[in-house]
Amino acid sequence: MSTLTKQTLSHLDWLESEAIHIMREVAGQCSNPVLLFSGGKDSLCLLRLAEKAFRPGRFPFPLMHIDTGHNYKEVTDFRDKRAAELGERLIVRSVEDSMARGTVVLKNEGESRNKHQSVTLLEAIEEFGFNACIGGARRDEEKARAKERIMSFRDEFGQWDPKNQRPELWNLYNARSHKGENIRAFPISNWTEMDVWQYIEREKLELPSIYFSHIRPIVMRGGAMVPVTDITPARAGEEIVQMQVRFRTVGDITCTAPVLSDADTVEKIVIETATTTITERGATRLDDQTSDASMEQRKKEGYF
Amino acid sequence: MTSAHTHLTQIEDRGLLRFLTCGSVDDGKSTLIGRLLFDSKTILADTLTAIERTSTKRGLTAVDLSLLTDGLQAEREQGITIDVAYRYFSTGTRKYIIADAPGHEQYTRNMVTAASTANVAIILIDARKGVLTQTRRHSYLAKLVGIPHVIVAVNKMDLVDYSQATYDGIVAEYSAFAEQIGLTDVRFIPLSALVGDMIVDRGERLDWYTGPTLIDILEAAPAAHTEKAESFRFPVQYVCRPQASDDPELHDYRGFMGRVESGEIKVGDSVTVLPNGRTTRVKDVQLYGQSIGKAIHEQSVTLLLEDEIDISRGDMIVNSEEVPVQTKQIEAMMCWLSETPLSPARTYWLRHTTREVKAKVASIAHRVDINSLAKDAATTLAMNDIAQLTLKLAQPIFADNYTESRPTGAFILIDESTNNTVGAGMIVG
Repeated sequence: MSTLTKQTLSHLDWLESEAIHIMREVAGQCSNPVLLFSGGKDSLCLLRLAEKAFRPGRFPFPLMHIDTGHNYKEVTDFRDKRAAELGERLIVRSVEDSMARGTVVLKNEGESRNKHQSVTLLEAIEEFGFNACIGGARRDEEKARAKERIMSFRDEFGQWDPKNQRPELWNLYNARSHKGENIRAFPISNWTEMDVWQYIEREKLELPSIYFSHIRPIVMRGGAMVPVTDITPARAGEEIVQMQVRFRTVGDITCTAPVLSDADTVEKIVIETATTTITERGATRLDDQTSDASMEQRKKEGYF
Repeated sequence: MTSAHTHLTQIEDRGLLRFLTCGSVDDGKSTLIGRLLFDSKTILADTLTAIERTSTKRGLTAVDLSLLTDGLQAEREQGITIDVAYRYFSTGTRKYIIADAPGHEQYTRNMVTAASTANVAIILIDARKGVLTQTRRHSYLAKLVGIPHVIVAVNKMDLVDYSQATYDGIVAEYSAFAEQIGLTDVRFIPLSALVGDMIVDRGERLDWYTGPTLIDILEAAPAAHTEKAESFRFPVQYVCRPQASDDPELHDYRGFMGRVESGEIKVGDSVTVLPNGRTTRVKDVQLYGQSIGKAIHEQSVTLLLEDEIDISRGDMIVNSEEVPVQTKQIEAMMCWLSETPLSPARTYWLRHTTREVKAKVASIAHRVDINSLAKDAATTLAMNDIAQLTLKLAQPIFADNYTESRPTGAFILIDESTNNTVGAGMIVG
């Protein structure tokens, strides 16, 4: 092999460039796309990428959040603020509305609403006629995602069939769909948690405060740190401890646990991410622990 | 700022390298990938604990690193790998994306898929078995899909007593074959993925091998697909016309958005717009609304041109000195990807860069038996078949030879009724 002579992009520039290309393909190929935006770190990266892809124009899609009604207020406030700063349209659809319509029925009051987001998402897709949803999922998050396409085809029930995915070659993405079907597009498929934090640092992206170290009441339950909130109160006999923590992933309160951390700046989080010994979901997602295949199962049912 | 952080941001960034591993589980492919992830410290404690638990459950005495690449439930049930998986690791200086392609014959399409985005292929050979039919098949496909650098990893050296004679024999046999199919840049390395010799650490049992370790070879491999100077090619993805803006300066703004698929571009360069053939100059190269002056290969940017020319998605902006061929008939190597065979009677969508045209097969010159490399006659193609054929197009595309330019020499065929991607093509003329 010859020595490296030709100028090439740095790894972050390459990832950014790939993501911009994917977003523009969605905009070029799909008549009615939407970008799923939760206020979490991955979707905040998507917004910066969309700015780089489409400014000085407006985004060729609205933003949408499927709200379980069990999200941290710091995050939903941040979501609204960021959408307003960008001047882009934000649609919020709520799992609670699906519950009121009777399309989401919880097994019991305490059941997590997280997996039921799929129902509300499909209802919103139908309501607006979206034929592509841009999301911030990454292949490094979970093994059911390692084989996910960048443009992933879902049938009219929103189902992901791992045996029936379109081959994806070169950078020739096939985002065609028939009415009722849709494409899930993942521009940051090839990013790792570390890439996301390095990008946040480089782009100086603002984040919701709960990503940074803070003191929070916690109980230990089944080996996991469970934050004590109105929705997730301490159970009888559990000891509440004030702990210095931060969130590595942010989602429904009932299934997101924080990690012990004193990292209060993005720089410190980058260092912590480089030296951590626990995977992102392993430490913090209570819903992935159910079985070896729980993410795969949820994805088949229409989950992001 | 702490020293750890200084270290992270000040180290040299050698970009991103995409490589492909070919071989079956029997060759130790999963173990090799597991070893790369493990030795580069990408595997975190909870994942390791999980595979330790599974290893113990299966009665193994050591941790089985191949479990790290254990796939989907559907695959575990059938005991096979059905799809390409992508894995990530970083050495601190370079980020790697591994495309892990299953080795079985029926999965030719998976290897072609994985190879299409890779710049390096690692072809695994079991030292006990030497060069097999499968090895030849993988090598032929690597050549076909234009992977510029091949690393032949002679694995399981621990099972042949680290014998140099065995290794030398395999090197000689493979070299002869590589020459036959025209693979020019081939590196060889003896290793044991199981024990960890010559992956990241040299180990102590391969003293006779003085070349670099596998990770050293990967660190030194060029990140660019080719070292040659390439012609500028810019397929237009999207046109930005923010007329409704309250900023009067933007009223006449027409930005052509896309990615530099090959070559480079700077302000003032003379460009030609296809298909209409008009020539103009680049007024600005922008990213995020800012002028950046120039853009290189693989960079996504927005181009502004000096003259007002009608340009839309599917058009291509190219260097005026090196204009590609506009053609309605192409000669191509095709890998069929679909369970539904190719039908010469049907019309397909052909997607080439950002351009989509209708296409029909005019004739099939020959099908290639990828095991023997023999050419035979064919009137249709089944899944995993590879053939040279002629396609007729309803509108012209702006084509380069695949060997000259991968992004503007490649195309896919899409079934009009199912919208499935059914064929992968490489233009040969």
